[in-house]
Amino acid sequence: MTRRMNPFRAAFVIGRRDYGATVLSKTFLFFLLGPLFPILLGVLFGSIGASVASQAEVTRIAVVASPAELERLQRARAELAAVPDLRELPELRGAALGSDAAALLRDKERPVSAVLSDPFGTPRLTGALGAGDPLAGRVQLLLARANGSAAPLPALAITSVRSTAGSVETARSITARGGQALLFLLTLLLAGMLLSQLIEEKSNKVIEVLAAAVPVESIFLGKLFAMLCVSLTGIFVWASAGVLAVSLLLPAGSLAALPAPAVGWPLFALLGAAYFAMSYLLIGAAFLGIGAQASTVREVQTLSMPVTMAQVGLFALASFAVGEHGGGAVAAALFPLSSPFAMIARAALDEAILPHLAALAWQALWVSLILKLAAAWFRRSVLNGPGEKSRWWRRAPRETSAA
Amino acid sequence: MLQQARPSAFAVEAHDLAKSFGSKRAVDGVSLAVPTGSIFGLLGPNGAGKTTTLRMLLGIIDPDRGERQLLGRARPLEAASEVGYLPEERGLYPAMTAREAIAFMGALRGLPLSEGRRRAEAMLEERGLGDWTHKPIRTLSKGMAQTVQLLGTLVHGPRLIVLDEPFSGLDAINQEKLEALIRAQAEAGVTVIFSTHVIAHAERLCERIAIVAGGKVAFEGAVDAARDRLRPMVRLRTRAADGPWRSALPQDARLAGREWRFELPPSGPEPLLRALLAGEAGIETLSIERPGLHDAFVAIAGAAAAEAMGRGGDPQ
Repeated sequence: MTRRMNPFRAAFVIGRRDYGATVLSKTFLFFLLGPLFPILLGVLFGSIGASVASQAEVTRIAVVASPAELERLQRARAELAAVPDLRELPELRGAALGSDAAALLRDKERPVSAVLSDPFGTPRLTGALGAGDPLAGRVQLLLARANGSAAPLPALAITSVRSTAGSVETARSITARGGQALLFLLTLLLAGMLLSQLIEEKSNKVIEVLAAAVPVESIFLGKLFAMLCVSLTGIFVWASAGVLAVSLLLPAGSLAALPAPAVGWPLFALLGAAYFAMSYLLIGAAFLGIGAQASTVREVQTLSMPVTMAQVGLFALASFAVGEHGGGAVAAALFPLSSPFAMIARAALDEAILPHLAALAWQALWVSLILKLAAAWFRRSVLNGPGEKSRWWRRAPRETSAA
Repeated sequence: MLQQARPSAFAVEAHDLAKSFGSKRAVDGVSLAVPTGSIFGLLGPNGAGKTTTLRMLLGIIDPDRGERQLLGRARPLEAASEVGYLPEERGLYPAMTAREAIAFMGALRGLPLSEGRRRAEAMLEERGLGDWTHKPIRTLSKGMAQTVQLLGTLVHGPRLIVLDEPFSGLDAINQEKLEALIRAQAEAGVTVIFSTHVIAHAERLCERIAIVAGGKVAFEGAVDAARDRLRPMVRLRTRAADGPWRSALPQDARLAGREWRFELPPSGPEPLLRALLAGEAGIETLSIERPGLHDAFVAIAGAAAAEAMGRGGDPQ
């Protein structure tokens, strides 16, 4: 006689079979070649993201000047901004006369990229500015416009500092977007597999054997974690290949120039792995539930497009989390399916750790809820139906044999 | 919290199970009691509700109404490690080898995979099927695959085996082998429930049966009790073509050739014999035959179907 299995052990049996069947198949080699396609997509999305970012992330500078001088500069900026090609002019933020430039650059509450002092006397721009920085040129243009065409162009002195609150914020927002894009691409690439996970069991009738032996929740859990492990296996291979490629192709120390996230690289990597797992489990559980209603590969293919579009929508929602602290960012972090994307961005922008623990617990709760709902839906509409032809979108009773 | 199994003389008990699919009532108030260690047959025409009843008993689907106990547990899945199930629609992973398929089915019921593999090899060898051990299921014939699935149903040593139409798709030799296997399991103390629409299997194997028709149990009890529902059949051949003896025959007596056939009257054979002799029938041959299970089934299932038709329901 055998012991009664607990649901997790049952899920392990299902998952072990699925993992073995997937990884030991010949098609897994093609799966490992899969990133060639998302890399192309990544380049595309990256350029779109960069374009959006360049529009969304306006550089701000503090102007240490009298209100009248600030007004002259604002007017000049408004006139220049009307010219289509000059939309990237810095936003001007007034600062009281006598304010310390270094203090303004350190202010995290009102971050600025640079400080312009004495604009109509001996103008000086202080900030994390490199040689030939376009910001200096734009400020020079502003000053010229504000002075009027008859006046001689004042010489703009540059004082370069190592970093500012504004430059750190900009760098971190790049890391945030990069992390989000990577998470999105990996989830987009890998979670779609779950749509068709029950097709095999339904087409070869194994589902009846499974459902008679273990709870449906265990079947779903096993399949979900099996595919997560398949994905992590793929990611491990791709990451290893990536590290090898970087070490061979890029000069030593190039990666050190990457903008560091707020929580630091080690924790960011750890959170990235955790949020990938959560994003995969959340979206995968939903896909598993939707795909379980389909009976044929054709139906799964039909479902793929709207499901991919829904993922893109989630990514768009999550992008609120970058560069914004308002209701949109909170909504993106709270909505379970976009939460991992929003929170990985937060990890790049904010040092706080506790919100991540809360978010991971919140997401884990939703994974179990979605799985439970998906299993109940499957039991109600597929197992509990009169036959294999039952469809969730076609609920009218059918004349089929009960025995 | 795991519910404790209640010791019972019955491996399976069901009371007033009902299940509808949309507006169609598939099972309507089925009650059963399967004694532990017995071979129990669920007989009924196609569409009678046999599979739905078995799926409810196993916990694959929940009944709309009624209660069930499987090996003393109200939640059937809690007894899953002690149950083997062969569904009507056979299903195996085509890429798995025969050994792995059997071991996997055992693992689903709590048997460690290594032990399942060991037992699978032994089971296949025992049946002279050792050559199949490492062959993928997709390379096996339908009958072979069915045998592999049956072995997977037994590999974990269940106390209860549920077989849904196990004989369908098997040739005569394999049907005989399966009957022998079912008997061997019962002799080892295992309770066997199987559904069939072929009466001969049930007649040869079962101690008790339930006849299901129109989603209802029309009869449940010992096979002999089902046969006893019909009166014995009398076959009579006389030298006299007509005469006063004819009044001793019941009104529904049929003449086939020179032979009269009719149910033995409730008064028994003695008064009939006396009346025939007194009426100068000139008895040539007289035999009284006990009806077979097939006759009993047709009478019972036919009556239930007719009753359902009378109510305007689905006669199944």
